[in-house]
Amino acid sequence: MAVASISVSETPLVLYTLRLADDALILGHRLSEWCGHAPILEEDMALANMGLDLLGQARELYSYAAKVEAKGNDEDKLAYLRDVRQYRNLLLLEQPNGDFAQTMARQFFYSAFADLYWRAMMKSGDATLAAVAAKSEKESAYHLRHSSEWMVRLGDGTAESHARAQAAIDHLWAFTGEMFCTDAGERGLVDAGISVDPASLRSQWLRTVADVVGEATLDLPSSGWMQQGGRDGRHSEHLGHLLSELQSMQRTFPGAVW
Amino acid sequence: MATPNTPLWEVFIRSRNGLAHKHVGSLHAFDATMAVQAARDLYTRRGEGLSIWVVPSSAITASDPSDKGMMFEPAESKIYRHPTFYDVPDEVGHM
Repeated sequence: MAVASISVSETPLVLYTLRLADDALILGHRLSEWCGHAPILEEDMALANMGLDLLGQARELYSYAAKVEAKGNDEDKLAYLRDVRQYRNLLLLEQPNGDFAQTMARQFFYSAFADLYWRAMMKSGDATLAAVAAKSEKESAYHLRHSSEWMVRLGDGTAESHARAQAAIDHLWAFTGEMFCTDAGERGLVDAGISVDPASLRSQWLRTVADVVGEATLDLPSSGWMQQGGRDGRHSEHLGHLLSELQSMQRTFPGAVW
Repeated sequence: MATPNTPLWEVFIRSRNGLAHKHVGSLHAFDATMAVQAARDLYTRRGEGLSIWVVPSSAITASDPSDKGMMFEPAESKIYRHPTFYDVPDEVGHM
């Protein structure tokens, strides 16, 4: 890596915005990895479309984080010049694509959350975040619909697709709890009416997830143990590999443009 | 990548209110619901549409290409069927 990482002054609002931005970028990047590899051409396009929705969300959020921080960083520096420990995304979203069922289960768990979250965030007292939420809500609503339809078809499909879908749910379940966690800084933003307490969305999320998983003839794990760490920069080994690819160009040729 | 499990669907998009759905192409999907979603992802990415129809390609009955002469040539000599022999008032608008 030829270029040093930047430092970011993480006030609560900057940190919070970076978390949302990192979620969108990392999941969007994961989806982009399917490009040219999806099971059918139609789904190749669907996955790329979802990835582009998320990349668009990430850009707006990074730009806003840079503006709030006001230290000369911009969206590109925040995306390309932060190291693994500076990334704040959910562990769920950096998990490898695995098979198609795993990609869809990851999308389904997250989109079921994001749809509720962005809808609630449309009432944010922060005008920029409320605007991002209004745009993102429509996108995540579609991501939820698409991934839900796939969960039903995989779960209630063949013995092979059922087994793969159940394995994906079992594997990813322990990463879903992190979506509903907050720290002291974020609770301050909740109290100020800038962000939404994700814990307040958990019961509705669980209802949505349980409905679809039930229709898919699949089971939700009974385990309540949940893995955390992504929000604080403690990641699984997978994120480093992802970033080394995502950042390689800017790290090798600093400031390269199209 | 057509397989017996992924039937072919014809896609029709309506670009604006008041216009008809127009055939834009076809795609493979497992069922009608997924066909609509695939049509959305394949054919409305650049804001082309407000409404989507999908029809199983197998539901379409087509004219026989070998009947072309009998079917279509008789119309070619009847230019009086074109509304070009009178002026359309401006008030009529788009026809």
